Amino acid sequence: MSARELLDNGPQVIGVGLQGFVDDLKSQGVAATALDWRPPASKNTQALAAAEQLSTGSVSEMINKANAQAMERMHSADPVLIDVQLAADAIDGLGDHLILHAGPPIAWEDMCGPMQGAVAGAIVLEGWAKNLDAAFKLAATDKITFEPNHHHDAVGPMTGIVTQSMPLMVVENKTFGNRSYCAINEGLGKVMRFGGNDESVLERLRWLESTLGPLLADTLLACDGVGLKNIISRGLSMGDEMHQRNVACTSLILRELAPTMARVGDPDTVSEALTFIAGNDQFFLNVAMAMGKAIMDPVRDIGGSSVVTAMCRNGTEFGIRVSGCGDQWFTAPVEMPRGLYFPGFTEKDANPDMGDSTIVETIGLGGFAMAASPAVAGFVGAGGAADAVTYTNQMAEITCARNPEWTIPALDFAGVPSGIDICKVMNSGITPTINTGIAHREPGIGQVGAGVVNAPLGCFEQACVALSERLSAS
Amino acid sequence: MSTIVNEVRKGFYLDSVALMRLSAEIAAMGGIEEAVLMIGTPSNLQIMHDAGVLNATGENAGPNDLVIALRADGKGSANRALAHANKSLEGGALTSSQTEAKARTLRGGISLHPQANLALISTPGSYAAREARSALDAGLNVMIFSDNVSLEDETTLKQQAKARDLIVMGPDCGTAYLNGTPLAFANSLSHVTTPATTAAIAASGTGLQEFAVLLSRLGGNLKHGIGVGGRDLSDAVGAISTLQAIDLLAADNSVEQIVLISKPPGANTAKEVFEKLASCGKKVIACVFGYQQSDMPAGIEYAANLRDAAELASGNQFIEQGVEPLASELAAKVNSDGKQIVGLYSGGTLCTETQLALQKAGLNTASNAPAGTSANADNADNAAGSHLILDLGADEYTVGRPHPMMEPLVRVDAFTDALNNPSVAVIILDVVLGYGAHEDPSRAIVEVLSNHAVSHRPVIIACICGTESDPQGLQAQRNALTDAGIIVSNSNCGAAELAAAVVQHVS
Repeated sequence: MSARELLDNGPQVIGVGLQGFVDDLKSQGVAATALDWRPPASKNTQALAAAEQLSTGSVSEMINKANAQAMERMHSADPVLIDVQLAADAIDGLGDHLILHAGPPIAWEDMCGPMQGAVAGAIVLEGWAKNLDAAFKLAATDKITFEPNHHHDAVGPMTGIVTQSMPLMVVENKTFGNRSYCAINEGLGKVMRFGGNDESVLERLRWLESTLGPLLADTLLACDGVGLKNIISRGLSMGDEMHQRNVACTSLILRELAPTMARVGDPDTVSEALTFIAGNDQFFLNVAMAMGKAIMDPVRDIGGSSVVTAMCRNGTEFGIRVSGCGDQWFTAPVEMPRGLYFPGFTEKDANPDMGDSTIVETIGLGGFAMAASPAVAGFVGAGGAADAVTYTNQMAEITCARNPEWTIPALDFAGVPSGIDICKVMNSGITPTINTGIAHREPGIGQVGAGVVNAPLGCFEQACVALSERLSAS
Repeated sequence: MSTIVNEVRKGFYLDSVALMRLSAEIAAMGGIEEAVLMIGTPSNLQIMHDAGVLNATGENAGPNDLVIALRADGKGSANRALAHANKSLEGGALTSSQTEAKARTLRGGISLHPQANLALISTPGSYAAREARSALDAGLNVMIFSDNVSLEDETTLKQQAKARDLIVMGPDCGTAYLNGTPLAFANSLSHVTTPATTAAIAASGTGLQEFAVLLSRLGGNLKHGIGVGGRDLSDAVGAISTLQAIDLLAADNSVEQIVLISKPPGANTAKEVFEKLASCGKKVIACVFGYQQSDMPAGIEYAANLRDAAELASGNQFIEQGVEPLASELAAKVNSDGKQIVGLYSGGTLCTETQLALQKAGLNTASNAPAGTSANADNADNAAGSHLILDLGADEYTVGRPHPMMEPLVRVDAFTDALNNPSVAVIILDVVLGYGAHEDPSRAIVEVLSNHAVSHRPVIIACICGTESDPQGLQAQRNALTDAGIIVSNSNCGAAELAAAVVQHVS
């Protein structure tokens, strides 16, 4: 709007600061909008200066170009669930005594209770120790190597433990040819992703390996895979946000799989498999996660781009990666989720935030798509439909664009906010909102609630400084 | 002893998140130890059993039933909780917060208000330049009310704006009128029915307010008042916004005359500004504080003060009652020691105008914001014997305190001191009305006077910078002041001239 139009048409005002000026204008019938303006949340002067540098002049123009390329890659992705493979076959070098985990790199002694519990369970499952006691001892030695899922094209929910004999779902991004992996969701209750490690947990994992995994693989091969982009589109219009709520997408993918599965499997096994999937509203979460990883990996190294390519947590630290900084991790202590607890549990029982599932927020789902899922907004406190819309709109303040294909009916079909920009996070002080399950802090007990948590600002501060240094050096 | 109460609603389904939220709400009620609302699936029944809230009633629930399970300290608490649960289940179990959704950033604000064309920035000064830059990047014009923006930032922002056909008003721009709409600290002109054919370019604040008010009293009407900030005409900034404003107003067919209200421009800048004004094709009036008639370039009408400017612009004049016989009448009431004029101003430009008016009458003045030949009031030796005209809105008075236009009480101490000082003959006060100003600025003045008998106090002259359609109402404010024995003048300049005449009578 040029200055000429301002004089000819009169002002339409956005008030940045004093509310009274906006109220005065409104009282005269002038269209005016007040911001909930706040000073920068960060106290880190170096990071603030870096963000300022990244947001001005020719640097900013260069970043905008790089980010446009990042958005182009994100939005042209074509993720398809194509196969289920044993982790040992899918992931190069995944053999004896290597354990993959959620989040940025972490040493055994720094792991939280549930993650240590899951590690011990996986060691027993693989037969590297006879029992849990021996497994805990072995894990503390240098015989066991720990590496993040993200270093091996994989993601995992909560503890995210992956070892060689677990079956992994394979999502291929057909546009770029890259593949990503995620384990099959174990269901609710006592499960390894929440640190469960007793015989019932291991028994279920063996069944996934021996029965469900191979049947799913046969099914997917026979039906030539299941395209995921459309399932997400439809799921959004059916009330899913694909992190806390996957009931629609789980039903949709079951509909895709069932006819072929019935053709390729024996009736008893198919019945067992369909019952398992149908009994777990969160079955699709792990599919969405592998999809998220497959979408973001081609965005991982665009020079100058300030778009976040991964967010994840290991129960101790939260880590992000930024396109223009390649595979460097920026970490800060994880925060505690705020939420609602299952009967008999309180926030005293909660483990700090954990898991690779934040990859779904990285692609604009989960907390970013809250408006699609008013039911989930209840976790946010006094959450109704209007609050859900507010959350999504606020996430749009820290993202580059809206996804034209993943739209939200309640927002008049505006797309989900897409492409988290570290500069916008720093400048606004708004950190990504994540919808998450809450694990018990003791291993083996499982999920005790669900809620929301924010990505810590510290990750974004470090990333801004690093990106600024890289751009100054180049 | 705890009581367990269960109720089962057959065939009732509600989303589990809604149920969890309701559970938490009920568990927080008095006397409730645990509250669980769940659909009665086998796994949920197990959870409720483990949590010790289930009795025989709940155990019989099926997977299509809702179980309300409570453990309370007695029947009374349980029944209250049950009633609350049932009531919530009837209505919407989730309610949105009532507050209006607001964006945190300009980017978010624009998505809520895509037609916006102006960002009005009033953050602390250290953040204002950053917000202004985002606004320009987003294609918005900018009005910066904030002060403490660096000269370098101001210049850069104005250059960026100009390159994009946008304008930056300010920093430290307290007032503007755009197509008749008053912004920030500004008086309402909504009662004026004459065509708006006058446009003004002013540094900021009360100079523009007083001009708009006086113009309206004389039957004129202001179309645009573009505030450019106090430093725009300096050589450092080079009048970037002023020059843009002249072009914009020159091209506006509804504007017949342009009025410049400013301090003297920088030497290099003056030439360019006045040449552009003189050749813009409209009638131009300039009120440049400190300029003599002979300083004014050809083609531009000279106004010595804001009243002159309004009279020239409107073609009308205030009906001059003349300062006599009022001045001699008032002088007779001044006590024998009273010789000094004390001006206590909330408006900076009004403070400047009064100093110059007194100097024109041949009086010596001193001020914390010296104009013309004023001595610096901080230097007691130089200021001795001078009339003291203070800008109480200046930084030294407002650190950690509100501006006197927003909170008239900050003027009370200085006012009380002047009232009790036997050497003071006249006190001049400005009372600024309009948007942004205090809801009843006369009240603090009148309350102070209630402790001072009219016969034992200096003469008090006030000018009201306000209009009938201002939120405070001109008539009500004027009545409150005159009822308290205060002389209310038509204009600030008139107040200064009357004060000068009174002290000249006394001596």
